[in-house]
Amino acid sequence: MNKPLRHVALVGFVMFALLFGSTSWIQYFQAENLREHELNNRTLIEELSRERGPILVDGTPIAYSVPVDDVYEFQRTYGADGMSPEMYANITGFFSVTNGATNLEKTENSLLAGTDDALFYDKITNWLTGRQPMGAAIEITVDPAAQKAAWDALGGQKGAAVALDPKTGDVLAMVSTPGWDPNALATHDHSAAQDAYDRLIADEDNPAYNRAIGGNLYPPGSTFKIVTAAAALESGEYEPDTMLDGPAELDLPQTTATIRNSGGGACGSGTISLADSLRISCNTSFADLGMTLGQDAMETQAREFGFGEDMEIPLRVSASSFPADTNPPQLAQSALGQFEVRSTPLQMAMVSAAIANDGKLMHPQLIDQVRNARTLDLIEEPSPREFSRPVSGETAQELTDMMVSVVTDGTGSAGQIPGIDVAAKTGTAQHAEGAAPHAWYTSFAPADDPQVAVAVVVESGGRAGSEAYGGSTAGPIAKAVMEAVIKE
Amino acid sequence: MTYSPELAPAQSPSEQPEARGPRTYRIAELLLILLAVVISAGAYALVGLGVRDTVPGNVYGYTIWLAVLGLGLHVVTWWRAKYADPILVPVAILLNGLGLAMIYRIDLAKESSTATSQLVWMTLGTVLAALVVFFVRDHRLLRRLTYTCGLAAIVLLLLPLIPGLGTTINGARIWIRLGPFSFQPGEIAKILLAVFFAGYLVSFRDQLVLAGPKILGIRFPRLRDLGPIIIAWVASVGILVFQRDLGTSLLFFGLFVAMLYVATNKKTWIFLGLGMFALGAVAASFMFSHVQQRIDGWLGALTPEEYNKSPGGSYQLVQGMFGMSSGGLTGTGLGEGRPQVVPYSESDFIYASLGEELGMVGLFAILMLYVILFERGMKISSRVRDGFGKLLTAGLTFTIALQVFIVIGGVTRVIPLTGLTTPFLAAGGSSLIANWIIIGLLLRISDAARRPAEEFQTGVLTVVADDSDDPESHNRTARLGRRRDTAEDAEAPIPWGDAPARQDSGAQQPGPRISQDDAPTTAQPPIRPTRPPGGEQR
Repeated sequence: MNKPLRHVALVGFVMFALLFGSTSWIQYFQAENLREHELNNRTLIEELSRERGPILVDGTPIAYSVPVDDVYEFQRTYGADGMSPEMYANITGFFSVTNGATNLEKTENSLLAGTDDALFYDKITNWLTGRQPMGAAIEITVDPAAQKAAWDALGGQKGAAVALDPKTGDVLAMVSTPGWDPNALATHDHSAAQDAYDRLIADEDNPAYNRAIGGNLYPPGSTFKIVTAAAALESGEYEPDTMLDGPAELDLPQTTATIRNSGGGACGSGTISLADSLRISCNTSFADLGMTLGQDAMETQAREFGFGEDMEIPLRVSASSFPADTNPPQLAQSALGQFEVRSTPLQMAMVSAAIANDGKLMHPQLIDQVRNARTLDLIEEPSPREFSRPVSGETAQELTDMMVSVVTDGTGSAGQIPGIDVAAKTGTAQHAEGAAPHAWYTSFAPADDPQVAVAVVVESGGRAGSEAYGGSTAGPIAKAVMEAVIKE
Repeated sequence: MTYSPELAPAQSPSEQPEARGPRTYRIAELLLILLAVVISAGAYALVGLGVRDTVPGNVYGYTIWLAVLGLGLHVVTWWRAKYADPILVPVAILLNGLGLAMIYRIDLAKESSTATSQLVWMTLGTVLAALVVFFVRDHRLLRRLTYTCGLAAIVLLLLPLIPGLGTTINGARIWIRLGPFSFQPGEIAKILLAVFFAGYLVSFRDQLVLAGPKILGIRFPRLRDLGPIIIAWVASVGILVFQRDLGTSLLFFGLFVAMLYVATNKKTWIFLGLGMFALGAVAASFMFSHVQQRIDGWLGALTPEEYNKSPGGSYQLVQGMFGMSSGGLTGTGLGEGRPQVVPYSESDFIYASLGEELGMVGLFAILMLYVILFERGMKISSRVRDGFGKLLTAGLTFTIALQVFIVIGGVTRVIPLTGLTTPFLAAGGSSLIANWIIIGLLLRISDAARRPAEEFQTGVLTVVADDSDDPESHNRTARLGRRRDTAEDAEAPIPWGDAPARQDSGAQQPGPRISQDDAPTTAQPPIRPTRPPGGEQR
């Protein structure tokens, strides 16, 4: 009976050999592929339970990890005293156990999670000292006072506000309303987290859109006249006092359509200077000007201000757009920021910021510093970098003067700040038949030494509805933000 | 087997050679048990350090408890079966201890208390193993229970189908619930079936091989001899169909085919058996969606469709593989990984959990422990002198190996995943108890295999029937002045159980093919309570 026994033993050993083989196949030969497999969520779980670095605003954590007694070990928590999680959700995003991460939690994940190569030195130190690894702390450029002012001033109306430091490109405020609470999505209760996520996505107001830099984008309306004016001045054929035709009604070629002015009448006495056209936001003179300048000049000027450019600040910014290959009536409407011109509030803030900074446009930046979360040693500090020079210093000065008059003596008087020169441009953008217009306001201040450039949009007129004008609806919001920055 | 009570006087002290018998290796076993306890306790402490940064407070109590269990079994073995294999207990304790550490580790992550009940089951298991060694004074006694065991096995297997008693867990109806306890009767049935098959095959082996019609050059057994085989097949397929348990069904059938082959040495049986099982399995895969699901989840494991399919997708399998891959060669270290992510990480998937934290190196060590266990079992089987013991040992040992293969093969994607527990490692009382009882039986049989004939007296059955192809028995018979024909180990069935082993029975000729093994075992030989002085230390 021992011979068959030997065969049975052989079968047994073959089975064991197969197991040795399959074990090494999974743990050695295929290990790398399996670790990087698209279905492998272990990396996420790994990151979830490492102490993630905080996101700081002016030294105060607004996203941070609290030790908890469950499998993930740390609960990501959002908000701080006076800085509600909703107010910053469009910046921080969420870090979820069920639905990944968004916004800075996503784009800065490798730093926050502590896996970035920039943290190589820290990783070595942790390894040597046996300390638990911890992600880096990220200090953002936002000025909490400006952010709060923008949030409060929007007051629950749908819309967005962006403030930039014109000299550096630092984002001083970036609000998108309605807000949402990332804590609801970060909970470790899987079904509650999934419910919150589903509700956020299904919400008809689309709170998950960061309206300041993305979402459906808005026609910029009359605020875009700054770009048209810049193109005119840059062409060398126009001065601020160059007289333009400003009839009550401008017949557009090749079509029966006309362009009218907001008040219904002619601008000035039928002819009006470029500066005054901007001051009272004359439609007919700017439409005519746009057609005269032509597609190339308009498109080039828009592109130099940043239109058509995808940006990362490091949040991804949707490219604003100026239409290509327009016919004259389309170009006339485009010169007024209508037709197919689409812009993010950040883009319009960049236009103001470039003019405020002597024609030099700085790349917007949301990250101030990256620090070691324990020792606070500086790891990275992005330096300001130039994006483009859309206008000359001379043109910038002329545009500044023109925009100051908008506030002192024009459509933008709502932005006046006592004792400070404010430069601004209003916009009331039609976007759909019968719908209330979007109210726009973009500005910078102080005009002689700009500290802040702002753009505000209130969607569909906000509370004012069809009665909304850029000046009256969006102006006070921009003013509140500028005051918050300058006061400091 | 020949019962030769008349031989008894031969074992008088005057004829007893003074030379010491073979070494017993008791000290080696003791040291290995202590080593296994120390490693297990170390793993337990490391889990605490890894998860909580502190050594668990009860580590000393735990160590002492493990040591008490190991030493208790050691003492009983020394007392009652001092020639028993010295490797079995240490290996089982080490596997059990490593399993406990991993279960405790997952307890910490899940805030459950499986490890405590597992320790209770382990205690019960070692006690049962000791009881087997103590009370089963001769494994051949079990042969009298052949049909009782067969019947009991069938009853146990049917229990889960009784409404109100059986419970369905994860689609498999293989559990019975008694108050707060749930139990898998199939695990115990496994042992009973091995006893039944061994007893049955020893008795009917020759009929199976020699009688019956020859078709296409292959001799088929007579239908009436086939009865139990058909019952085994029906039972296996029945488990598959009614209890939805592919693993157990495969295990039972593999066990039976292996034992049938050992008994008859006919490869025909293997092909016939596997063919019948394959037929049943293919039919089942068409008829029952859960079998088909298992196969789909196996072949397409890494596709999103299977991964996200619920219930019945490959999520668990793939999570286990991700866990193992994250462990890599050396593992994350105990308590440093995330094995709790995998569903059933403490039972069905404990192999993946261990792989994550101990790495490929650790899994190789664990597989080696199983290989050692298997090798020892096979060695015992080849040495034991009686056919029943040989078959029983081969069956039990092969069960362990096959069960390891079915579970770990499923976890590592060699074969479709089926629900079975990894012997000794996985959380689960039924399986743990069953495997400790197997260790008890192997201890008993291994003692019989190595015990010198002079000392061979259990007080119940006396004389040993040498198996003709046992090299040791050749030596012994040679020494005793009678050389047997060594060419007996041929393809033809070997006369076994009828070979005279002692010179004073040398006049006996090998019996007829239908051997005296069929002598009614109920014929009690005289009980011999007296022992030669100094023959065996008790």
